[in-house]
Amino acid sequence: MDDMNQFREMFFEEAQEHLETMETFLLDYDPESEPDIEALNSVFRAAHSIKGGSDIFGFKAMTGLTHVMENLLDSARNQELFLTSDLITVLLETIDLLKVILDNYHEDVEIDWDEVESGKTRLKSVLQEAKDTQQDATQEDDSVQDAVGEQTASDIEDEGFGFFEQEPEGSNSSDLEDEGFGFFEQETEDSKDSSLEDEGFGFFEQETEDSNSSDLEDEGFGFFETSSLDEETSEESQRYGFFHERLETDMASSSSDEQNKEAVHPSQDKQTSSTTPTTKLAPAKEDKTPIVKGKAAAESKPSESASIRVETVKIDKLVNLVGELVITQSMLNLIGSEAQESIAEKMQTALAELERNTREIQEAVMSVRMLPISFVFNRFPRLVRDLSNKLAKNIELVIEGGSTEIDKNLVEKISDPLTHLIRNSVDHGIEAPADRIAKGKPEKGTVKLIASQRGGEIVITVSDDGAGLNKERILNKALEKGISLPDPLTDEAIWLLIFAPGFSTAAEVTDVSGRGVGMDVVKRNIEALGGRVSIESNQNVGTTFEVRLPLTLAILDGMCVENANQVFVIPLVNIVESIQPLESQIKVMQNRQLLWVRDEYWPLINLEEALYGGLHPVNIGESIVVLVETAKRRYGLIVDGLLGQQQVVIKSLERHYRRVKGVAGATIMGDGSVALILDIESLVSSQSLELEEEVDHVILT
Amino acid sequence: MSSLPNNSGVHSVTREFLAFVLGDETYALDIMSVKEIRGYEPVTKIANAPNYIKGVINLRGDIVPIVDLRIKFGVGEPSYNEWTIVIMLNIKDRILGIVVDGVSDVMNFEEEDIKPAPEFGAAFDSRYLDGLAAVDDLMVIVVDIEALVSSEELGLFDTLDTV
Repeated sequence: MDDMNQFREMFFEEAQEHLETMETFLLDYDPESEPDIEALNSVFRAAHSIKGGSDIFGFKAMTGLTHVMENLLDSARNQELFLTSDLITVLLETIDLLKVILDNYHEDVEIDWDEVESGKTRLKSVLQEAKDTQQDATQEDDSVQDAVGEQTASDIEDEGFGFFEQEPEGSNSSDLEDEGFGFFEQETEDSKDSSLEDEGFGFFEQETEDSNSSDLEDEGFGFFETSSLDEETSEESQRYGFFHERLETDMASSSSDEQNKEAVHPSQDKQTSSTTPTTKLAPAKEDKTPIVKGKAAAESKPSESASIRVETVKIDKLVNLVGELVITQSMLNLIGSEAQESIAEKMQTALAELERNTREIQEAVMSVRMLPISFVFNRFPRLVRDLSNKLAKNIELVIEGGSTEIDKNLVEKISDPLTHLIRNSVDHGIEAPADRIAKGKPEKGTVKLIASQRGGEIVITVSDDGAGLNKERILNKALEKGISLPDPLTDEAIWLLIFAPGFSTAAEVTDVSGRGVGMDVVKRNIEALGGRVSIESNQNVGTTFEVRLPLTLAILDGMCVENANQVFVIPLVNIVESIQPLESQIKVMQNRQLLWVRDEYWPLINLEEALYGGLHPVNIGESIVVLVETAKRRYGLIVDGLLGQQQVVIKSLERHYRRVKGVAGATIMGDGSVALILDIESLVSSQSLELEEEVDHVILT
Repeated sequence: MSSLPNNSGVHSVTREFLAFVLGDETYALDIMSVKEIRGYEPVTKIANAPNYIKGVINLRGDIVPIVDLRIKFGVGEPSYNEWTIVIMLNIKDRILGIVVDGVSDVMNFEEEDIKPAPEFGAAFDSRYLDGLAAVDDLMVIVVDIEALVSSEELGLFDTLDTV
């Protein structure tokens, strides 16, 4: 049983991955261009694997659904069917459904069979529909396929292009109805009379057998119209859009087939538009196949990544052990410094070696935890696609820096905030197409998602080229909601108001966003990760959210300081400078001490007071002041002394205790004792904040 | 398992308790929650913590809080010397240590040995008590340590603060 369970778990993991693969490929798939057979093969393989696996475990709902999906994909990769945008949407929906089913099986929840059946039906019906509409194409393909292979396109190019371009000009839809038959007659000279009235389309005879004639007329014409009139944007044209393109490029190549040739020539001579139907698909298919084959040969090997699957628990354990190792190593260092003279030198050399090795192991282990941020980013194209469909906006998502590596824990936790930010940009940032055109912007909006590493931080920006934040609306809303306004009222400060709880300026609450629950959660989540978020916005140019995150949650570069016989760690990123102040630099305002340095007044905070309360008079002359700053505040922290800079392994206080204000976590020092890591942001109380504002004021005057 | 007859299990369940001393009073807690017993060692003070939370220690890589119940409940004198004992508990997958004056014994009680406690008397709120048990002349106060430790009153866990 255990073995079986293990295999089941493996199946769930793999199926999840396969589904994601399928989603990625389908999202990348451009129905407008040449079908990417390699991509289709990947999607097909993924579906096939899921089908096989689910069958073994008796997950009938998955097997059934993937079977239909597989059929569709198989036709697509065999070029019997072209994936249109609509088809892709249905496929994506099916993938969603499969994910739900997979979860259900995983958690032993009852399967919603109605849902499964309707999913299957939907797939089948679109498959059928697509087949019907594309049938002529495929059938002709079949007939022509073999023949076409080798012929060079150039032979026929002249002919082909010739009539295609000339003819369409002449024909418009009315032509088609009246004269349209005319050209069919010409092409299919034999079938002329009879075909016209009854079956109409010489070439289509094949089709007509399957489908009834009334359909044919409508669709058939639609088809011709689109293929001949470039500009048509009707639904039909979309559906047949691809015939079009192919025609232009390929048409000529195909026709070693006699039938085709005949068709082409007569039409060309007579300069009637109608040849399209015959040449239409056959060539399209033909020229494609060779190309694809070449491609496939070149890229046939799917990139096999040399990797193994490891449980995260194991990695976490490794990280913990390395943490312990680092501590042991610094203990050894302490002992080594006391070594007797005779062995002192050898000892030092060995210890230095050990230190270097330890550091390398630590870095190597840490890098195991790092994942490319594309793990998060990859889900956003889908999000943007769905949202922009829903909102009837035309939006392109540009992703850069997906290979930037970030700690695994962060990857999981940053996903939600980023989703909110992107939704916000799509929903509120980018204007409706009409508005954009009115403003002289391109109709298509762009949302950019960019990740990069800067020093010890990962910077992720979400920017749109939309309307920008509306200052007036934000201020009004803040007043309405009773949110106190910042002082001074800088742009930056105003933008930050949108992170206030319950704030939402969307005139209308949509089901995409606008309930005002999002943004404050975004900020809180990001800050919980030790990150910061800032906003830049310009009217009608766009809005940029910048999220800064620490590279890893596990290790921190810190300055160890001593205060009241206890050791504390201050994150190095927060430290501006450490100084030993002179009496003359200390000023007093409202019984609070200020330090005059770097042409500014820095409020002084006594670490002992900030952490444990009470009053602790210190002799400034003997103390050290560490100047620290965060995105929001800057002050000087009074401590007894500096102990030195060190990389520390962050341990959570919350694991066995709870979150403590002013403390970001704890770490274990070389001697085995615990030191608290300070959270500079939350260390000072609101009272000290007020002081800070007054100080700003002082500086201004 | 249930198919096997188990006479002792049918009538009453015998549980093992660890007895410990706070001041002059003897308390007992379910031994299944005890991880280990160790001597008191210096702790690292934690900011913004009530006085009965002495601080945290490094328990083989885990940062673990130490609570002095003597301070919290005003029983006995909070003194720390070489005989001061810390009982490390493992409760709801969390570890914490409680400082006691001494550990006396392991005791076996059956359910009916534990009498309901009167509403007054013990320093502990009766919500955190399983009851009272008599061992010879000694009265043992049986503590529901899980309820006590996870109580809001002790403030050890982020119970309300769900963020």
